[in-house]
Amino acid sequence: MKRINIAGAGLAGLSAALTLAKKGIGCNLISVQPSERAQSVLAEGGMNAALDTMGEQDSPTFHYEDTMKGGVYLADPNAVRGLTSAAPEIIRRLHAIGVPFQMKDGELVLRPFGGQKKRRTAYAMSSTGKVAMTALIDEVRRFEASGLIRRYPHMEILSPAIEENRCTGLLARDTFTGECFMFRGPVILCTGGMNGLFSGMTTGSTANTGDVTAAAFVSGAALGNLEMIQYHPTTMTIPGKRLLVSEAARGEGGRLFVERTDPESGRTENWYFMEEKYPELGNLMPRDVVSREMSMVTQDPSCGSRVYLDMRHLSRETWEGKLADLRKEVIHYLQLDPAADPLPVSPGIHFFMGGILVDEQHRTSVADLWAAGECACQYHGANRLGGNSMIAAVYGGHVAAENAAEMVLRHTDPERTGNEPDEADAVSCGKMSASDEAQQMLSPAFAGQVQRFLAEGLPVFRSEENMQKALQGLEDLWTEALTEREKRRLLLARAILLSALSRRESRGAHTRTDYPERDDKQFRKTTAARFVNGEIQIGFQEIPKDRQEGEE
Amino acid sequence: MIQIDVLRRKNKEEPAYLQSFLYEPKEPSETVATALRRLNEQASLTDKEGNRADPIVWENSCLQKKCGACAMVINGRPMLACDASLSALKSPVRLEPLRKFPVVADLMVDRSILFQNLKDLNAWLTADADPSEKKNPDAYEASRCLQCGCCLEICPNFAVDGRFYGMASMVPAARLLVQMPEKEKKELAAEYKRHVFEGCGKSLACQDICPAGIDLQGLMARSNAAAVWRRLLWKKRN
Ligand SMILES: Cc1cc2nc3c(=O)[nH]c(=O)nc-3n(C[C@H](O)[C@H](O)[C@H](O)COP(=O)(O)OP(=O)(O)OC[C@H]3O[C@@H](n4cnc5c(N)ncnc54)[C@H](O)[C@@H]3O)c2cc1C
Ligand code: SF4
Ligand code: SF4
Ligand code: FES
Repeated sequence: MKRINIAGAGLAGLSAALTLAKKGIGCNLISVQPSERAQSVLAEGGMNAALDTMGEQDSPTFHYEDTMKGGVYLADPNAVRGLTSAAPEIIRRLHAIGVPFQMKDGELVLRPFGGQKKRRTAYAMSSTGKVAMTALIDEVRRFEASGLIRRYPHMEILSPAIEENRCTGLLARDTFTGECFMFRGPVILCTGGMNGLFSGMTTGSTANTGDVTAAAFVSGAALGNLEMIQYHPTTMTIPGKRLLVSEAARGEGGRLFVERTDPESGRTENWYFMEEKYPELGNLMPRDVVSREMSMVTQDPSCGSRVYLDMRHLSRETWEGKLADLRKEVIHYLQLDPAADPLPVSPGIHFFMGGILVDEQHRTSVADLWAAGECACQYHGANRLGGNSMIAAVYGGHVAAENAAEMVLRHTDPERTGNEPDEADAVSCGKMSASDEAQQMLSPAFAGQVQRFLAEGLPVFRSEENMQKALQGLEDLWTEALTEREKRRLLLARAILLSALSRRESRGAHTRTDYPERDDKQFRKTTAARFVNGEIQIGFQEIPKDRQEGEE
Repeated sequence: MIQIDVLRRKNKEEPAYLQSFLYEPKEPSETVATALRRLNEQASLTDKEGNRADPIVWENSCLQKKCGACAMVINGRPMLACDASLSALKSPVRLEPLRKFPVVADLMVDRSILFQNLKDLNAWLTADADPSEKKNPDAYEASRCLQCGCCLEICPNFAVDGRFYGMASMVPAARLLVQMPEKEKKELAAEYKRHVFEGCGKSLACQDICPAGIDLQGLMARSNAAAVWRRLLWKKRN
């Protein structure tokens, strides 16, 4: 039997596994923790699809346009068309497997989300990710029982095995026993965003260390748009992490203000700056815009240094029916009741638009290696719209699996198509020697330094000077004494800064004080980072031509 | 300064021992998870006596009580470390691994049985879910289980190799029972009866323990009705 290895068991990994199983193709679903612990369970606000249930004449074309515009035209137009046309059917399918989306009079209710002109976000209170994961996990269990899907839920992936630009498997370590295994055959990477590089500063999961992305990079996979890191406008600091206040808060009517003092009268008022500056979308402008505006007003000498999210006016019905979990969470961690107190919020790192470079079929630059979900660079361009990530993870996992299945069915060479039935799925390589084990260590002090330089070089507003300083800092960290894992992480961190330095313009999440304008001529291109002969190379790659251009 | 006592074990073969650490919280809102992270972040971790100590092994992911990874026994009570406010705990704070599950190392346990039991129950849909709105509240509530295992830790009737699967199986089954078309329920209902209904003493010790605050009592009553009582009545009538 053919078997494909899926690394990571969040929305993208589960979706890929189901697509394969429905075709009768087996897979190994390998993750460091069970799916219940994946970052996808944290997703709150909802998933976008032009279901057009709100009488607003929405269509996938409008969803396409908003996504392209939100991503400031850096996304692959053909891939985005694929996503936006498939989205309604995906939501219907999720509904059919039991995701309890909010409904009214027999139809799905959609909520407004940032950067979108129509209501398009299907949701279940503020736990959309959790309940979607539950339904998908139960579906996967059905195929697990039949043997098609094999779960390995406590395997830390160390690296894809890549020889001569072809992926031949995956090296992983059992976190329970320390035993290492080689999973032979093609690989779909679904290992999530690079939170580990910004440890303690992101809204996501600690399990998404970015180390698999780093390992893929040094083994030859190209990475794209690494500089595109999303700061979510409304996060709050809690010990050890950033707590997200979902965009649903603004979708349901939350307003941002800053205290402003009139220099003449000396009177202080609450300035709802987003509503004044952007009358059409107001508080629901795309995230990059909101985060920039927030950083700007807090620099303004007539304004206070804090922006507040005001939800005091929301109705009881909204609190109880739509935002109950969100309110409970804020009260629990911050001892503030959003129904009574404005919340002090600030931009925090939330999502990585960049990652492993893939084409429309989710193929990476390495043969027999695919990537999907947040670890991949696809669909979101320079800025992701709220609600587009979950749907893209489900869709991307599906597309990657379709393409991988096609490859497996075409070839007969067992090396390329996974294990034959009499072979063990995972070949044990025994425990690591103490010295190999030491090479997999990551010292917290080192990780902290990398994090500090990245954070200093890549805030909401960036400049050549600060990025160069940060890059120098990173380069100074290099010594031969670093472990393999530390070296890989450092290379990835440097690749991120080098990508950011190379893009001499402002676009989406990448805003530079020294190059404030967007420059389509030079930079409406994908930043591609490659590791060649021990050197990081940054280049710019053309965005695929829109196949439908001129047709409409 | 808080004293944190950790029940440690290198692996399941080695004996367990108690090691004490001193920890100074930086912020009043810190949790046990914050303390564990900050202790492990120290360049060289030393215990209360000043001896070098290996980093403390524990599981985490979300740090906001949404993933169930960090469940452990804190001052005798099964809790999520990221939910346990240091300021609300008596010092010394005692951390132990969940006792019902085999220990992997320190505070990390092997909870595979949770997933094994769900497989055993046939916990999946065999036909499209009933999409009607009125099923939504229960389906939503029952989709929220973290598979953390806190309820099993406290349950007098649950054992890893036992026949009773506890609330960690009841909740996912409740979602399926609520959403499955009536004629599809037979298999799951039979498993449910055997592995959930028949073993539960209904003391509800688990209700207050569930860190997700799931309405276990309500879900169970309705699942029992769907899987057991309604079927019995139906059989009698026919
Ligand atoms: C707080 C929060 C709220 C969000 N809200 C929304 C929302 O409302 N709408 C929306 O569209 N998006 C939202 N997002 C974004 C969205 O949740 C994620 O982008 C999406 O779920 C990513 O799915 P994934 O499958 O790519 O990765 P993940 O769910 O992150 O899964 C990654 C998987 O890889 C595994 N893994 C990682 N490293 C290793 C390793 N070394 N070895 C083995 N396994 C490994 C993990 O265990 C996990 O199984 C939110 C994100 C956060 C943090
Ligand atoms: S009610 Fe009692 S017996 Fe039943 S699951 Fe809860 S603790 Fe266990
Ligand atoms: S029912 Fe509650 S305590 Fe039990 S596993 Fe689920 S979330 Fe944890
Ligand atoms: S780390 Fe997720 S529940 Fe504590």
